[in-house]
Amino acid sequence: MAEHLYNAPFEHLLRELAPQVIGAVARRFRDFFSAEDAVQEAMIAAFTQWPQEGVPENPRGWLIQVASRRMTDHMRSEIARRERETAVAAETENLTSFLEVETDMDSDDTLILLFMCCHPALSPSSAIALTLRAVGGLTTAEIAHAFLVPEATMAQRISRAKQTIKTSGVPFRLPSPHERTVRLPAVLHVLYLIFSEGYTSSIGSHLQRFDLACEAIRLTRNTKTLLPDNPEVAGLLALMLLTDARRAARTGPNEELIPLDKQDRKLWDRSQISEGIELLAAALSKGAVGLYQIQAAIAAVHDEAESVGDTDWPQILALYELLKRVAPSPMVALNLAIAAAMVHGPAKGLDLLRALDRDPRIAGHYRLDAVRAHFFEKMGDYKAAIQHFRIAAAGTTSMPERNYLLTEAARLAGD
Amino acid sequence: MKYILMMNGKKSDFEGYARWSKEDLQANVSFMRAFSKELKDSGVFVSTEGLGWPSEAKLVKAGKNGEPITDGVFPESKEFLAGYWIIDVESPEQAYKVAARASQAPGPGGKPGNMPIEVRPVLSGHADLGL
Amino acid sequence: MKYILLMSGTRAGVEAYHAWPKQDIDAHMAVLHRISQDLTESGEFVGTQGLTEPKEAKVVRGEKNGLPVTDGIFPESKEFLLGYWIVDVANAERAYAIAGRISAVSLNIPIEVRQFATYEGKSR
Repeated sequence: MAEHLYNAPFEHLLRELAPQVIGAVARRFRDFFSAEDAVQEAMIAAFTQWPQEGVPENPRGWLIQVASRRMTDHMRSEIARRERETAVAAETENLTSFLEVETDMDSDDTLILLFMCCHPALSPSSAIALTLRAVGGLTTAEIAHAFLVPEATMAQRISRAKQTIKTSGVPFRLPSPHERTVRLPAVLHVLYLIFSEGYTSSIGSHLQRFDLACEAIRLTRNTKTLLPDNPEVAGLLALMLLTDARRAARTGPNEELIPLDKQDRKLWDRSQISEGIELLAAALSKGAVGLYQIQAAIAAVHDEAESVGDTDWPQILALYELLKRVAPSPMVALNLAIAAAMVHGPAKGLDLLRALDRDPRIAGHYRLDAVRAHFFEKMGDYKAAIQHFRIAAAGTTSMPERNYLLTEAARLAGD
Repeated sequence: MKYILMMNGKKSDFEGYARWSKEDLQANVSFMRAFSKELKDSGVFVSTEGLGWPSEAKLVKAGKNGEPITDGVFPESKEFLAGYWIIDVESPEQAYKVAARASQAPGPGGKPGNMPIEVRPVLSGHADLGL
Repeated sequence: MKYILLMSGTRAGVEAYHAWPKQDIDAHMAVLHRISQDLTESGEFVGTQGLTEPKEAKVVRGEKNGLPVTDGIFPESKEFLLGYWIVDVANAERAYAIAGRISAVSLNIPIEVRQFATYEGKSR
């Protein structure tokens, strides 16, 4: 896996501590929302002071103390402000902004935060931003930089996310086992989105921005530690590892996209693949098979093939059939068509695509044209292939993909 | 002083580009990559963006109820922004030099394209609220 | 998803705008500034830029004798870019809504909406 770039040697420690410190301060003051802001400030203070003063003996205690001081400062000015107001009604209104917090010291704060930040009421981009800050321990600036937006914009996104949670009245406590079952898919989805964002934005092996894919893997590992018996959590971690294993092979020297079937497999990370397969095997043995385990299984079939020709396409097709039953979507149907074409021939693939043309969720999507183009090429209908490659190129907003699709068209046109 | 260097093209220019040979496409992409790196290395780079294809462009006006009215119809002669660079340089002459370099991106047959690059100073002050 | 919202106009259009009473120009600027502030508050603002007058525009076409070949002559009908907003929004409809608002406060001139191309998921 690519090296996780840290600004400072203690950065990893700070990140791990962040959710614990938020939990501790939130409990002490019975206010998650202000605690999260205060801990952000404490983290930034640590970044400034620790390089000069050295890492404290008790880093966790230091952060709690600094954050608590910020909280009391804010509360003092808040009380002073309230004392200046004369209306009793206004006072009681303000008091309800503090949450009821349970004092059970055994419940796990990181897990609470994870469920809170991945609340289904939040939009994906809000949940991602808040999770990265409160659970990941990233600074607002780092998150802004990772998503290429101004810091003020990202700060607002996170504030608004917290406001949404506040309005929905979610208490700062661990959801019940039943609630956890219902809410876990939202958590896993957010972690998966962070991974995808990071994975697709990694160009070559040099990292110019924070490595979100590595961050997603770290957060998912932590989640697995907190929920060790949950096979979908393990499945998601396996999927990430099995996908990330191919990172070094997916871009060429000119930052061009190299599709799976053309990648140099010697560049794949074998230790990540082994770990992924081990995790997957353990998860599958637990019985209920969910969408992340199935996707991980598909990735495993690819990763275990020594060469493209060795790929067990019938197995992949069977897995996509299973995925279609467990978590149907147009993209799953598209990938199923690709697998079906590999097993039954391109005519079969084209057949399956015709059904997708009638699905408004994917009709006209550039990927449909790209896949169609590949099938036409395999059938020898180069004219149709070229046409669809060019339509797909006009429809994608990914530059490397556009270049790839135009080059494919040009390759066929030049034959 | 900040300048924006814009690459424009008619729909037919985009369609022409899509028909270049594999070698010509790759040469152009490599040039653009190297060019951005040159700008970064020489300390003048601010930003660069490529835009989606003209077929995806929309024109928006406000309707009677404030709802946006979108339209994807443009005249054949319309020049679409394909992409831009923003650079920070000492003088307009330096901006034109950088633009001349961008203009030499290889075209069909690998020859310098001599593509027209529109150069405009960027406003500073209250309008400059961006990154 | 990042979109750029382009405001363009002809030289004649810009000259007409410059002939507005100063308080009207200031009021318009204030409204546009308000839009940028609202977009920051909603977590969607990426950037905005105004460009100087079209008469300062130049077109460069390659080099001759080591010097850039520049030209400042444009057809009357040429549409010049006057300024743009860059927004990061959940979907295209939101981009169109923002563009509609900018258009509405700007004499309903049409705003061109274009999605940014990304370099493997991110724009540079």
